[in-house]
Amino acid sequence: MTDNRHVSDDDLRALARRLRSHSLRMISAARTSHIGSCLSVADILAVLYGSELRIDPKRPQWPDRDRLIMSKGHAAAILYASMAEAGFIPVEDLGGYARNGGQLYGHATHWGVPGVEMSSGSLGHGLPVGTGMALTGKRSGAGWRVFVVMSDGECDEGSNWEAILFAGHHRLDNLNVVLDYNKIQSLDFVEKTLRLEPLADKFRAFGWAVREVDGHDVHVLREAFDALPLETGKPNAIIAHTIKGKGVSWMEGKVLWHYRPPSPDELVTALAEVEAS
Amino acid sequence: MRTAFIQALNELADRDERVCLVVGDLGYSVIEEFATRHPDQFVNAGVSEQNMIGLAVGMALTGKIVFTYSIGNFATLRCIEQIRNDVCYHRANVKVVAVGGGLAYGNLGVTHHASEDVAIMRALPNMTVVSPGDPVEAGLATRAAVAQDGPFYLRLGKAGEPVVHQAEPAFVLGRAITVRDGSDVALIASGGMLATADRVARRLSDQGLAVRLLSMHTIKPLDRDAVACAAAETRYVFTLEEHSVEGGLGGAVAEVMAELEPGHATLKRIGLRPEFNKTVGDQNYLKAMHGLDEDSVLKTIQQVITRSYGRVG
Repeated sequence: MTDNRHVSDDDLRALARRLRSHSLRMISAARTSHIGSCLSVADILAVLYGSELRIDPKRPQWPDRDRLIMSKGHAAAILYASMAEAGFIPVEDLGGYARNGGQLYGHATHWGVPGVEMSSGSLGHGLPVGTGMALTGKRSGAGWRVFVVMSDGECDEGSNWEAILFAGHHRLDNLNVVLDYNKIQSLDFVEKTLRLEPLADKFRAFGWAVREVDGHDVHVLREAFDALPLETGKPNAIIAHTIKGKGVSWMEGKVLWHYRPPSPDELVTALAEVEAS
Repeated sequence: MRTAFIQALNELADRDERVCLVVGDLGYSVIEEFATRHPDQFVNAGVSEQNMIGLAVGMALTGKIVFTYSIGNFATLRCIEQIRNDVCYHRANVKVVAVGGGLAYGNLGVTHHASEDVAIMRALPNMTVVSPGDPVEAGLATRAAVAQDGPFYLRLGKAGEPVVHQAEPAFVLGRAITVRDGSDVALIASGGMLATADRVARRLSDQGLAVRLLSMHTIKPLDRDAVACAAAETRYVFTLEEHSVEGGLGGAVAEVMAELEPGHATLKRIGLRPEFNKTVGDQNYLKAMHGLDEDSVLKTIQQVITRSYGRVG
């Protein structure tokens, strides 16, 4: 198992920068979408894979590992980058992202990619599966935990609310949703599409414990994860307020970068900004 | 079949604590004993089939053998993408069980008529599709579902179907059971139509025809050899199913026969017309409207044979 006790906040910030750089290169080269969705969740994944998750890249199927389900499977590039940085796959493999003949599909894929717990890409699938895992863990008294990383647009899917109702009823406090609340979904802002607010109150009304955090502050994220479970007997929702496209000033807060890949020239300036941050 | 299923599942769960049952708030008077005997292996997911399948997958990916249970379309169509992506793609050890296959809940309405489920489940990679022919097969299929790792669809009728197999037959997934052998006509039946086919076979043999009756309990993977042999060794092959003639057992047999060398038997699919029922009726009433009662099936078969002789002669 990876020992993360001595990982510093600065180490995690550096990891987040590498995850952003990998994602930019992968998406630009493959000319795929969702760079904005990757950049918004970078700090969250850096903290989870860099210090929080009890995982062992040498034993991807280790029974006592924490499980992370990337339910926002469209941010696959940064998930694969996290797998590479964590040591599950070679960093060189990232060059095969979304390329013919490779293993790294444009949406998160478990097949042939050690460390990816579940394939996703159709939204609203991750939380029900994570809830089933948490139920097994709870009933068997296991110590491992389940993390489900979700998007805000994904909250439109009714299947999530079925699982949220179930997890609250069954008091699955080993289940943790981390919501990348970047306020932008596919075609428009969340607020203009289907309003989620008051989102924290919605989770609380279903019997969940909620903490709202700055999803780009690694120290605050660490504190939130270290405080889990927030309340005994309640599933946990960490609502991480983020900025779509975070780290590249001209991508931040823009709907455009849900779909558009950076051109080679744009990649150069984007990487320079990320690496200087 | 429902009763045989739950009895078998209770016994399996006694012996193996990995065996779990997740229901979608259905199964009144069926699941109570399981829930009492195995509280830690039972979950009522509530009226939420997408979550029911997701839960089952999560449980399966953490070591359980999970049966989900609901009525025909709710168990399958309502959560088809969860079954495709989460169960089948992950090869999760989930056994989707549907009760009320076909027109078992006839007078409850079209929502409760499961008439396309086999076609849809059969299209999914990694899925095994089984429609037992009688309560004996239902119990055997339940045990086979546990013994075989991976996705499984078990289509049951309801309760009280007649027993066809007076002795326990050899039951192998993907291998048809030869109930009787003959070389004039082959009847290939699945689900509750096995009993009808059995009675029709007796009547045809009383008329001097040598009838082969195959119980094709496993529709995927289909016993292609049994189909090819029937096509080569008899003159008429009839499929019988309480399911749309499009894409189910009849469709599967037709696919095999269409790729055989010329000169094989004539095929006629007997099943539900692919349309929504517009008249209220119980199972037997609606089956008769679709020509699936014993007399209608016999008549259809005789018409095909007569017409064919006429054309040849």
